[in-house]
Amino acid sequence: MKNFIVAPAPHAHSGDSVRRNMLLVILALLPAYVVSVMEFGWGALITAAIAVVACVLTEWLISRFLLKEQKQTIGDLSAVLTGLLLAFNLPSSLDWWIVLIGAVVAIGVGKMTFGGLGQNPFNPALVGRVFLLISFPAQMTTWPVAKGFATAYVDAETGATPLYYLKHIVKTGDGSVIDQLVPLKNALLGAMGGSLGEVCALALIIGGLFLICTKVITWHIPVSIIATVALFAACTGWVGALPEGMSTCSYVAYELLTGGLMLGAFFMATDYVTSPMSACGKILFGIGIGFIMMVIRTWGAYPEGMSFAILIMNACVPLLNKIRPMRFGEKKNKVNRALAAEKK
Amino acid sequence: MSNGLKTLMNGILKENPTFVLVLGMCPTLATTTSAINGMSMGLATMFVLICSNVVISLLKNLIPDKVRIPAFIVVIATFVTLVQLLMQAYLPAIYDVLGLFIPLIVVNCIVLGRAEAFAAKNSVGLSALDGIGMGLGFTLALTLLGAVRELLGTGSCFGLPVFPENYGALVFVLAPGAFIALAYLMVIINKLQKK
Amino acid sequence: MKKLESTFLNMVLSLVIISVVAAGALAGVYLLTKANIEAQKKAKQEAAKMAVIAGHEDGTAVEAVVDGFGGQFRIMVGFDAEGNILGYEVLEHQETPGLGSHMTHWFKNADKPNQNIIGRKAGSLTVSKDGGDVDAITAATISSRAFLKAINQAYADFHGVEAHTGASQLNKEEAEEDVIIIEAYGEADRTNAMSKETEVNHE
Repeated sequence: MKNFIVAPAPHAHSGDSVRRNMLLVILALLPAYVVSVMEFGWGALITAAIAVVACVLTEWLISRFLLKEQKQTIGDLSAVLTGLLLAFNLPSSLDWWIVLIGAVVAIGVGKMTFGGLGQNPFNPALVGRVFLLISFPAQMTTWPVAKGFATAYVDAETGATPLYYLKHIVKTGDGSVIDQLVPLKNALLGAMGGSLGEVCALALIIGGLFLICTKVITWHIPVSIIATVALFAACTGWVGALPEGMSTCSYVAYELLTGGLMLGAFFMATDYVTSPMSACGKILFGIGIGFIMMVIRTWGAYPEGMSFAILIMNACVPLLNKIRPMRFGEKKNKVNRALAAEKK
Repeated sequence: MSNGLKTLMNGILKENPTFVLVLGMCPTLATTTSAINGMSMGLATMFVLICSNVVISLLKNLIPDKVRIPAFIVVIATFVTLVQLLMQAYLPAIYDVLGLFIPLIVVNCIVLGRAEAFAAKNSVGLSALDGIGMGLGFTLALTLLGAVRELLGTGSCFGLPVFPENYGALVFVLAPGAFIALAYLMVIINKLQKK
Repeated sequence: MKKLESTFLNMVLSLVIISVVAAGALAGVYLLTKANIEAQKKAKQEAAKMAVIAGHEDGTAVEAVVDGFGGQFRIMVGFDAEGNILGYEVLEHQETPGLGSHMTHWFKNADKPNQNIIGRKAGSLTVSKDGGDVDAITAATISSRAFLKAINQAYADFHGVEAHTGASQLNKEEAEEDVIIIEAYGEADRTNAMSKETEVNHE
């Protein structure tokens, strides 16, 4: 860094913009979306369409008529992404009016109340989802059995998710429902019950890697979340909490591949606005999410805890942002750091 | 009398304990799961507020300054315990819901706050009016919050069904909904008052 | 009147006087409301018992504890002499709000015969998913299974008690660890209990 030169203006623009990043994230979500359309058919199409349109419309209405802004922000695609992520977190058979409420809450309460993009402390899509989960628990945890386009949009045949059985197994040590878990291969490829966008772990991982390669996100948050979850699950196995017929290895694999883990780790937790800035902060953020999620999955009242975990850690972000990279020329010295902190 | 009227209205609008002063948030958030519960809590607090304001205003010259806070607290705690005993004996259904929060009226900032800021400096009549005004303001705020939460959460208002319960967003009856509903009510009321 | 100075004597006197008056007022109201408060408490206990045996004079209230979805929960079930369910109350539970928590009323909804268990013979109740004839709570199959298990367990204990002790008064210590007979009216008590409940019924 000795030869680091700051040249006077003009500086070249890297071409980076909110719109470009949002577009890349939407692109990265497409493989998972294609799988869910194949699995859930019309439900996946209708739910996503309602969520996206409602999110964009809500943002425009609030910004235009309530805040009376001169410049409209819907062109930056962030509302489209929020709508898509919200839809990814909903069962594909959800009634249209519930999807609508979720979209209005996500944008209205989760984002615009705080001042729009960049000001919101919580991930808007998750605010919408958690609001719905607590408000309409029965509808939000009624999952259609995946049958492609043969899946009816509403009143479909319903089934429990793997996490539901998983929690029962760990909590009560009752091994009798192990055979009701889907095979691991299905969990990886997407043939299982669950929210619209979370069923195919493989497609989500591909999308996530694409985002890391295009430098839209860094590896810190997803890797620390996944590692923490794997370690926690392995510990559960090692202390002997699993019933017979369930090996530690397969338990770890189930915890990693089912539920909203991959979706959350790659796409929700990495939201720029609501995640820490420094690498160290990001890793602590990820560990917190993984830990809280496993605590909820193991002991909580709800089968899945990914959205709660991300929201709780979102609240800690201002604190984690106190961890800053060392200033140029600053010595690795506690006295210096303390002095610097005092000067602020 | 215009002075008295001003004192009375002060608590209801300009210095509404919930929406403007933001005092006594614990009972506000915890007990407003329905309009009736909110109103009962408000009325119980109003009773304590009026009694303690009157008694403290009467005693204000008998209480030396240095021990005024313990003296106020004893007076307030006495009235709270009276409310608790009376409610337990004659309104058991409401006591079951509010039981835990009745003793908390003692530490409700509004009661001690009005004793210190108003009753200790003003005449008995004005203190009583202040107690009524503040109590009414608190009761109205809690009833409004309770009604909004009950309506959005269960589809009914004061126990009367407005729309089918299936369409109610359960979150409003639970703790997170209390914060959301209170925040938006505060926004709306402050916006209306500014006009 | 001028405000009292903060002298030691004044401070002690004013606090003592205020405290004594307050204590007197409280004692008075306490004595006044004591009888009423106790009556209310008794009525509440009676109501809980009455609720599960639905006013039947030969009813038996049995408590059972099982592992639910969110942890252990306790229920109280009332049986008549033949082992038909008279009623139940969920005493304590940690099931998911809005899902498993619906068990407090789901299984006694008289309008939905498929999910109503009141009046049915207990012992082998299972949810329709497991080949039984009781509809489980929507999206809460495990809670529903656990609930029916608790009912069956309560019945097993009630039945075992009937067989073993000939429906005599039970000692709490004799009951199994996880199932406690709250009230088993034996022959000797029956008249007493009957007269009490008849009153209630006529009211």
